Amino acid sequence: MQWETVIGLEVHVQLATKTKIFSGASTAFGAEPNTQACAIDLAMPGTLPVPNEEAFRYAIMFGLAIDAEIAQRSVFDRKNYFYPDLPKGYQTTQLDRPIVGAGNMEIQLSSGKTKTIRIHHAHLEEDAGKSLHEDFQGMSGIDLNRAGTPLIEIVSEPDMSNSEEAVAFAKKLHALVSSLGICDGEMSQGSMRFDVNISVRPKGQTELGTRTETKNLNSFRFMERAIALEVERQIDLIEDGGTVRQETRLYDAEKHASRSMRSKEEANDYRYFPCPDLLPVVFDEDYIEAVRATLPELPEARRDRYIEQYALSSYDAETLSGDRELSAYFEAVTQDCGDAKLAANWIMGELSASLNSAELKLANSPLNATRLAGLILRIKDGSISGKIAKQVFEIMWASNQSADEVIEAEGLKQVSDTGELAAMVDTVIANSAKQVENYRSADADKRPKMMGFFVGQIMKASKGQANPKAVNDILIEKLNKLL
Amino acid sequence: MNDKVALHDMTLTDLSQGLRDKHFSSSELTKHFLERIEQLDPQYNSFITVTSDQAIKQAQAADERLASGNAPLLCGIPVAHKDIFCTQGVKTSCASKMLDNFVPPYNAAVVDNFEKSGAVMLGKTNMDEFAMGSSNENSFYGPVKNPWATDSVPGGSSGGSAASVAARLAPAATATDTGGSIRQPAALCGVTGLKPTYGRVSRWGMIAYASSLDQGGPITRTAEDAALMLNVMAGFDQRDSTCIDLEVPDYTKSLNNSIEGLKIGIPKEYFGEGLDPAIGAAVEGAIKQYEKMGAVISEISLPHTQLSVPAYYVIAPAEASANLSRYDGVRYGYRCENPHDLQDLYMRSRGEGFGDEVKRRILVGAYALSAGYYDAYYNKAQQVRRLVKQDYNEAFKNVDIILGPTTPSPAFKFGEKSQDPTAMYLEDIYTISANLAGLPGISLPCGNTAGKPVGLQLISDVFTEERLLNAAHQFQQHTDHHLQAPADSANV
Repeated sequence: MQWETVIGLEVHVQLATKTKIFSGASTAFGAEPNTQACAIDLAMPGTLPVPNEEAFRYAIMFGLAIDAEIAQRSVFDRKNYFYPDLPKGYQTTQLDRPIVGAGNMEIQLSSGKTKTIRIHHAHLEEDAGKSLHEDFQGMSGIDLNRAGTPLIEIVSEPDMSNSEEAVAFAKKLHALVSSLGICDGEMSQGSMRFDVNISVRPKGQTELGTRTETKNLNSFRFMERAIALEVERQIDLIEDGGTVRQETRLYDAEKHASRSMRSKEEANDYRYFPCPDLLPVVFDEDYIEAVRATLPELPEARRDRYIEQYALSSYDAETLSGDRELSAYFEAVTQDCGDAKLAANWIMGELSASLNSAELKLANSPLNATRLAGLILRIKDGSISGKIAKQVFEIMWASNQSADEVIEAEGLKQVSDTGELAAMVDTVIANSAKQVENYRSADADKRPKMMGFFVGQIMKASKGQANPKAVNDILIEKLNKLL
Repeated sequence: MNDKVALHDMTLTDLSQGLRDKHFSSSELTKHFLERIEQLDPQYNSFITVTSDQAIKQAQAADERLASGNAPLLCGIPVAHKDIFCTQGVKTSCASKMLDNFVPPYNAAVVDNFEKSGAVMLGKTNMDEFAMGSSNENSFYGPVKNPWATDSVPGGSSGGSAASVAARLAPAATATDTGGSIRQPAALCGVTGLKPTYGRVSRWGMIAYASSLDQGGPITRTAEDAALMLNVMAGFDQRDSTCIDLEVPDYTKSLNNSIEGLKIGIPKEYFGEGLDPAIGAAVEGAIKQYEKMGAVISEISLPHTQLSVPAYYVIAPAEASANLSRYDGVRYGYRCENPHDLQDLYMRSRGEGFGDEVKRRILVGAYALSAGYYDAYYNKAQQVRRLVKQDYNEAFKNVDIILGPTTPSPAFKFGEKSQDPTAMYLEDIYTISANLAGLPGISLPCGNTAGKPVGLQLISDVFTEERLLNAAHQFQQHTDHHLQAPADSANV
């Protein structure tokens, strides 16, 4: 039987506010456990929540960016359950009146096609603390630094039909919230966490199959693998005569295996009701419009501009426009060197590879935009070849020197002087009698291919500094004279 | 000033004047009340904690401030705080075993306000556990006894605050009112109790029972004293999102306004079945008094009065079921011995830490919110709440103040209603609707039956506490019910 997959995502995005959603405690990552939890975060008796306006502004920015309706009146609810990292015994969230209504987002697929993914809504809520199950000898540690960190939970419609689409959607969301500056995008620190709802059904069937929810995936690669695993599990189950149980599952990336966490029957009754400590939050049109005015250029608009303004390929434009920091870097290099195509090639090629292998983020790159632009300028004006440029790049990567300083110090300037080059060509021809003979006796159409040997010898003799085009011209002229 | 009046019989106004005129110092005054508490409170049990050392230090500081001149009106005056208000460095138990070991690292906004005004804290008063109860029989620290009849209840939940003021152990006390917890014990103890408009007094640091209904207010001997107390308690606080940012008037300014032509409505629903005839008679007497004073009396209807008790006993427990989830034995408060796993820790800590009434309300509330029942209970109750509010909106189109009894009966005996929750819940039938509608209400003494006080309740529109206090003060200028005191066996 032919199967088709239906996927919907619930994405928790930590908002990059300085303080928590209902208290003044810091949200900075990595502090000593429980040093960023105040009386409100600890749910001490008599404490009360006070909403953080910045969190609302960020949520509204997201809503505007996906072209969603912003609720002028949104309500907080209490979701009741007991867990040690949930100090109040309820999570303050939004159930019926979320701040962001229905919207949509377009994703690009490798086939070149685009697809629109509908977003059901996005709501504001507080994060829980962390339970630490290791290092406490049979007990659990509780760190409440994260408790009360503002989140938006973005809920998509089940509009994705394979892991490629789901990952493309996830990446697009990541690019969007990073570009908006409302999330730091640090997946490894849990700044974005994905719950994936998956079901399968026979191809052509309109009715949805029973879905499972795989929770808390925090990398695109894990997400891709977890989806593949779950789809396979469900299809195998049904083909073996079984049925899929509605349940929540956990994916273990190390073992590449998943297990059931709880079934629908075991699910909590969360007893939602409106939070009486918080009045409904009301925003007027003026406020929403004022937020709209602060929206930065969004990735899609930027991508289109790159194609239009810089004549980049759509692949290059897509890559460079997705991340706000990356696009800023690209634009700075382009402005300094005046060549967008070269800038794109060097950023996506050499720079990106070096950052990856050094496990560095762009923000911590040893090479800033000005220095990279300096290197590209020397390629453009013919001072160095692309090949030499890579050498220069490596030296620059490990030092503070500018391209010009490296070229000067290492004597890497390209040799374009025809007299000097002609002498080199003569020497090579003189030392390669056999190859010259072969060249002379070869058919005319085979000869261009045979040029490679001589060019190689000359580049070697010049330590790569010979201007390849000039070498080529001189070589052809001299070899043809021998015919 | 009359030298024959004992310090503990003086009103806040008199005490404030006496301190300024140097008839006595705050230290003397404070010691006087501490001695009375030591002597008399063993029979009433109105305090959970007495903060003698801190009180004496605060009194000394107040004396210095008074000497420097320019001290606020309540500077140097001792007050008691209900043990629901967090007090930095002083145990705040909410009368629960759950918080018997809890010492807050912060003050409630109300407590801060009194500290800033230079008032002296005598201690923390007894109450029903987590403010759940109408008799003070639900305290982990034992019941409070009514100073008028020690075999009877003082009312609740602010029984300790009301009894301490009635027994002259404190000139005034703070309290809270979720369904009548200020007004009902004030009525049963023969003192004056004001529940302000919801949002008038900050709830920061006031331990939550039912957040949408809880409101702090004063228990005093006179309406004038209540005005002085409210001047200190009221005001905007950005730490409480439900607190209203509205200017606080000087509530003493309007006390002496004429009430000639004041339109008073008498809801017929408040005089039906269940009302003790002696209470009815005392309230009738008060109506006649108001007529004499020039008020215009008319009958009105609050048709949804009967529904307010069931609606309250869905909404309040629902909110409480969530509000009390934080008491889980994990971070502070009571934790059971040797829990063998997380579930056991939760179940035994809460099972052992909470009393029966608290457990009953948590269960009722959780049930009302659970899947499949939410619409039938919680939603329905919220609809009733809107109808109750509408009743009042209609009434206030025609009248300025609504007058009736505070309670259906006078102070009842211990054990009389504690086995029958429904009978106990009906104690609050006249007080609950003001909480559901967020309105201010005041209870003041208007007579007695068989030696027990009777309370008169006045309710007015939101943020018209001035009108309530004015009407109550004028009544007290023409009557002496509020001057009656229970028999006093103290030597001081």
